[in-house]
Amino acid sequence: MAKRIDISGLHAFYGAVHAIEDISMTIEPRSVTAFIGPSGCGKSTFLRTLNRMHEVIPGARVEGKVMLDDEDLYDASVDPVAVRRLVGMVFQRPNPFPTMSIYDNVAAGLKLNGVRRKSQLDDIVEESLKGANLWNEVKDRLGKPGAGLSGGQQQRLCIARAIAVQPQVLLMDEPCSALDPISTLAIEDLIDKLKAQYTIVIVTHNMQQAARVSDRTAFFNIAGTGKPGKLIEIDDTSKIFTNPDQKATEDYITGRFG
Amino acid sequence: MTTETGVEARAGTRAGAAGTAMSTGRAGDRIFAGAARGSGITVLVIVAAIAAFLVWKAIPALRENEAGFLTTEEWNPNAQPPRFGIAQLAFGTALSSLLAMLMATPVAIGIALFISFYSPRRLASGLGYIVDLLAAVPSIVYGLWGLIFLAQHMDKVSGFLNAALGWFPLFGGDSPGKNSIFTGSVVLAIMILPIISSISREVFLQVPRPNIEAALALGATRWEMIRLSVLPYGRSGMIGASMLGLGRAMGETIAVAMVLTFVPGINWHILENGGSTFAANIANSFAEATETGRGALIASGLVLFVITLLVNMAARAVVARRKEFV
Amino acid sequence: MTTFSTTGEGASLTSVSLGRKVKDRSIQGLVYLAFALAVVPLVAVLWTVVVNGLERLDPTFFQFSMNAVSGSDPGGGAYHAIVGTLQQVAICSAIAVPLSILTAIYLVEYAGGGRLGKIISFTVDVMMGIPSIVAGLFVLALWLLTLGFDYSGLAGALSLTILMIPTVTRAAEEMLKLVPNDLREASYALGVPRWRTVCFVVLPTALTGMVTGVMLAVARVMGETAPLLLTIFFTKAINNDPFNGPQASLPTFIWEQAADPNQNSIDRAWTGALVLIGIIMLLNLVARLVARRTAAKSR
Repeated sequence: MAKRIDISGLHAFYGAVHAIEDISMTIEPRSVTAFIGPSGCGKSTFLRTLNRMHEVIPGARVEGKVMLDDEDLYDASVDPVAVRRLVGMVFQRPNPFPTMSIYDNVAAGLKLNGVRRKSQLDDIVEESLKGANLWNEVKDRLGKPGAGLSGGQQQRLCIARAIAVQPQVLLMDEPCSALDPISTLAIEDLIDKLKAQYTIVIVTHNMQQAARVSDRTAFFNIAGTGKPGKLIEIDDTSKIFTNPDQKATEDYITGRFG
Repeated sequence: MTTETGVEARAGTRAGAAGTAMSTGRAGDRIFAGAARGSGITVLVIVAAIAAFLVWKAIPALRENEAGFLTTEEWNPNAQPPRFGIAQLAFGTALSSLLAMLMATPVAIGIALFISFYSPRRLASGLGYIVDLLAAVPSIVYGLWGLIFLAQHMDKVSGFLNAALGWFPLFGGDSPGKNSIFTGSVVLAIMILPIISSISREVFLQVPRPNIEAALALGATRWEMIRLSVLPYGRSGMIGASMLGLGRAMGETIAVAMVLTFVPGINWHILENGGSTFAANIANSFAEATETGRGALIASGLVLFVITLLVNMAARAVVARRKEFV
Repeated sequence: MTTFSTTGEGASLTSVSLGRKVKDRSIQGLVYLAFALAVVPLVAVLWTVVVNGLERLDPTFFQFSMNAVSGSDPGGGAYHAIVGTLQQVAICSAIAVPLSILTAIYLVEYAGGGRLGKIISFTVDVMMGIPSIVAGLFVLALWLLTLGFDYSGLAGALSLTILMIPTVTRAAEEMLKLVPNDLREASYALGVPRWRTVCFVVLPTALTGMVTGVMLAVARVMGETAPLLLTIFFTKAINNDPFNGPQASLPTFIWEQAADPNQNSIDRAWTGALVLIGIIMLLNLVARLVARRTAAKSR
């Protein structure tokens, strides 16, 4: 069920501000691709163009192509709602629906898509929570509010919510930045397990994390404040962290800036 | 009056402020702090005085009353012996303001949703201003418009409702008219639209962005996003807003007084002429009131004061409850 | 994994299910309709007031009172009412504005979360919900019945004061809260006493916001009718002394003229409404412009 993403000539804007410039890359299915780079380099903005969440912000727009296998996400006939159904997203801060129970949080996307049968919902909720390594911790309190869980549990709940609708791609925007080290480890284990089924893209500030979880790594940089972010290079993670082609990448990896 | 009490209160607190932490020992500071504190206390005294004087001036009339104040429908405080009760007024006030709230709330929430989530972002503040203009129109103008313009058109609407839905008790009755509780509550509904919609908008603005994005990222349409993220979060705020609207409608005087034609007696048929409210009755009967008559009006005003106070307090409590959550 | 029929492998990018789309669109339609429903009465009110009000918008209307003019007569004007309204609103503002701003200063600068501050804040909330007719009844009970004064413009102004205090207090409070704390601390650090800090640092920063708040409050009380019926009573003649004897006002003028079924009276009522709305809208507009200018400056 995982799909390949082919991006070509992609620009993103916030009003008059040119946020990212001319990005082209291929993201392989059933693998983890990490985006790294200094703050403000546009990696999160780029991630949000992959499920058309960028345009949710007033004044924001996108130019270029994002091909999901052979369909362009930005084709005029494409409905952004359908795109987001196929490309799931996990955010920086865990954001379960505060008024809903754990069960309802996971089932929310399914109900939107017309799954009504209780037995079917039960099955998928259980599978998704197991998939997110959360089932054992919450199986006795599915009816309790999701907001009552710890930060790390909430984030796994959000992952369960995202995978319950069986997307093709899973985007993660710094999913561990608000979490403690133990919860971070749990999420990283989960990412490793999920890549067997999904195309996973993760934005991270933490280079060790990128080295640990990803198969390929893309380095983004910015020429100066007010300038658009650019893709410097993308390659196998082992190569990026040992022998990158670009000087800027090496400087960033070795901690000379950023 | 206000200035007098202000001076007294100020003199009292000036001495009290000395020696507290806020005093720096400078005369200017003490005087200024005292004036500020005194003004605050003056406000307190005014509200207390409102309650006290209404009670005090109502008592003599209530003593002379030969009928049950809470249960009697007739209003004849000027007669000898005086007979008056608030049953009809309470009924008319409750019915007209509840109807107004029922009509206004869905529309007001729709307006708030339109401005917050559907209209182009650049137009939002301008559109909000248009709705606020509805609140700027004085009630006397709504009254004039309701009496001379709207009532003429409501004639047909009421006739139609009566013919089509006459089997339903509220819409029943033999002679639908234009100066009915129904017309009055339409005017009230228009008047309370802005307050309900502006509070709902404020609540919608506070819905955390991550909640909205969570729904959208899940593949929710705009309406599904609203249903998943906005409405659950804003529910108590919207309930509070419509209750504040209810409180506003109950106290509204002039527009109702101009639109309604007084007919004695409680009448459940909202399409027929008649009905009265606390406030409208005070405005209409005041000019001819004797001393007992004034006392009786003050007594009915006191009841209105207490009811609106309770409704407003409850509304604020409901709005505040939202803060505990998230 | 369990798959479900409506989505999954074959899901298309081009559309969501028809049912969801229809629902989304119909709600969108309803929301647009709601907004239209709010605009209809606004336009209808303004339109009828302007069209009917132009009928008698002549110099006579602004130069003469209703003295010795009976309801069925043409002519007559609202001079006495305009004078009354301006005087009453001026007196009301002169009492309410300082009192409210001082109260707001107390709440923001001095109360510091103390018990008295909470009680006063609650009282302002209570005052906010007082029906206007009750404010009139209070002045009737205290000023006229207990203290024995006669109906007068001043009595009307006192009842308007009660309605104005909470609005101005809340607006001033909001503005004072917006003043950054750094500014206060910078001033204290220079050894400036508290009252001078408030008067010469905090208040000027919040000033334009407060001006906006005051103007909106003035516009609001200017249209109040109910409390005036009980406090200024009625007169057809010019009374330039707001402290003695019944006075007229624009709202009560409209009320009086509308109660008379003669077309001449009704015409005068409409023109009164037009003049009243004109003044109120002008105040609103100027208030918004003041607010916008500040917003642009602080950006």
